[in-house]
Amino acid sequence: MSDKAQAVIEVKNLDITFKMPTGNVHALRGVDFTLRENEVLALVGESGCGKSVTAKAIMGILPENGMINSGEVVFHDGGESIDLLQKKISWRRKNINGSKISMIFQDPMTSLNPTMSIGAQLIVAIRNHEEITKKEAYARSLELLYEVGITDPERTMEQYPHQLSGGMRQRIVIAIALSCNPKVIICDEPTTALDVTIQNRILDLIQKIQRTRGISVIFITHNLGVVAKIADYVGVMYAGKIIEVGSIFDVFYDPRHPYTWGLLSAIPDVSDEKGELYSIPGTPPNLAKEIVGDAFAPRNPFALDIDFKAEPPLFKASGTHYVASWLMDERAPKVEMPDNLKERIASMKKEGLLYVEGRE
Amino acid sequence: MARYIGKRILIAIVTILVILFILFLLLQLMPGSPFNDEKLSAEQIAVLKEKYGLDKPVVVQFLTYVKNMLKGDLGVSYALSPDTPITDLIANRFPVTLKIGFFGMLLGTLTGMLLGFLTAFFKNKVLNVFYNILTLLGVAVPSYLFAMCFSYFLGYRGKLFPLLYDFRSPISSSIMAVVAMSLGVMAVIARFSKAEASDVMKSDYVLFAKCQGLSNTTTILRYVLKNSMMPVITVMASLLVGLLTGSLVIEQMFSIPGVGGLLTNAIAVNDYSVVIALSFVYSVLYIVVMLILDIMYCVIDPRVRLGGKPE
Repeated sequence: MSDKAQAVIEVKNLDITFKMPTGNVHALRGVDFTLRENEVLALVGESGCGKSVTAKAIMGILPENGMINSGEVVFHDGGESIDLLQKKISWRRKNINGSKISMIFQDPMTSLNPTMSIGAQLIVAIRNHEEITKKEAYARSLELLYEVGITDPERTMEQYPHQLSGGMRQRIVIAIALSCNPKVIICDEPTTALDVTIQNRILDLIQKIQRTRGISVIFITHNLGVVAKIADYVGVMYAGKIIEVGSIFDVFYDPRHPYTWGLLSAIPDVSDEKGELYSIPGTPPNLAKEIVGDAFAPRNPFALDIDFKAEPPLFKASGTHYVASWLMDERAPKVEMPDNLKERIASMKKEGLLYVEGRE
Repeated sequence: MARYIGKRILIAIVTILVILFILFLLLQLMPGSPFNDEKLSAEQIAVLKEKYGLDKPVVVQFLTYVKNMLKGDLGVSYALSPDTPITDLIANRFPVTLKIGFFGMLLGTLTGMLLGFLTAFFKNKVLNVFYNILTLLGVAVPSYLFAMCFSYFLGYRGKLFPLLYDFRSPISSSIMAVVAMSLGVMAVIARFSKAEASDVMKSDYVLFAKCQGLSNTTTILRYVLKNSMMPVITVMASLLVGLLTGSLVIEQMFSIPGVGGLLTNAIAVNDYSVVIALSFVYSVLYIVVMLILDIMYCVIDPRVRLGGKPE
């Protein structure tokens, strides 16, 4: 939770381009963040802002047309620090993927092999990293299924994905991801494809596992309600960059970037009597064109002249809070967040939205 | 699984009956009769009709027809060699056609899958060019053209294989025919295998397997191959029809004593009963192959085997 905790993954200046038939798309334009031990870091942002690309780069599963131009993904394990991007994919599969870092996908309906029984998929995953007998792997699989809340594990082991519901499948995906005791799990919108009622249960499960196992989680989502519930740290992404990063309290109670203001204002509020939903005007920039200045400037009502000329660096707002906006510069005019967002934050504080059990 | 297969077999039987009905209708609707000869008197025709049971009511004729066809009695030839049972005409020829068709299909499927899967897995540029040329040729060029090329270059010029079918060396003398027929199959199967395998390799479950640290070899063997097979099996069924019709021409070119020659001759002399009997045999063959493919689905895919929806 605090800055002092040991870093597990440090992503530094990650820059990725996709080669397309129509030209290059600059998907990541220098992403920086640190994931610490026993911490949930949420990456939020609109579709196409580079959340999933970041996750895929960490796992080494970028599509073939994805080129890493620069950057580091440093994984800290014990005393060792390894830049994963310098290692061969085959080495990462053998030594990192599954056993140190694992990933859960958005759609549980397509994440499991349709022609292999659940048991076989678990056992393959376990025996891939550990030299144990099938019997031992079977026993471990039962424990894992039990851990993710499956009541009749023996039966589930024999079943095929198509016989299970979406929620059950996502539990199994989580069980497989946990099978080799990874230190980090990346969850790429793990609840988006599920029923609302199931979403909460899966979220609770991920939270419970994170706490009991003491693992670190990168949680990718565009649902700020989910972020409020689960995250310790939040990184807000826009057009392939992190534009504001800080603790959950920093970002929710003291947001500094106009884009974050927009995101927070866009959370649907049932208590709002006018019932009108806010949306940020405009659309994200086309990443196939090179961006000059601040990518958010054209949609930013507070944009300064310099926003259209130079890219803002990350300004430090507080010990844990960094913001990439020229408004943070001491020479910039003082700009206050919109009044209705102020009210919104005040009511969030009153409701104790962020005071979740177990959070400091 | 037993229920699924039972259902398939039932469907196959019904299909065969429907085909018999259609064939019978065709016979009835065809103008004239086998005894259209002007030299025959009315009494003689009546005698002949009685002999072949054609004087009976249509329904009785149909039932007798179905009974005999299912018993394996395909009737007698009227024109090609009068009064010879068609089963005898086919008996020697059918195995030859079947053998060549089977090996053509087998060779085409195996080479097609090999080419398609290798191209998908290795993403090698040279291999890809090779794949493109081969599949384009295979899809675009009809099998008899390949057969002509083989005849000329390998048979006539190279003297590697006999030009015509020879009973004494049935294998070496049918190699050119088998390869010529397999190329079209190979091309289609290769295209399907490659497209499907490329799709499966990009699927979430393969990516998830990679996130678990499974090596490329393991993902290909345990995840990609099996899941890419279904569409390949599906397309095999339709390829079979093309193969059977294609074999008619190829058999003629290499003088292969198969059913193809018999069929073309029968059509030439208006021997309806032979044509219809052969159509029936082809239909049954096709239905049996479809049945086998359906059972193969069942073995490969648990969704077919177990049926059912999420609980």
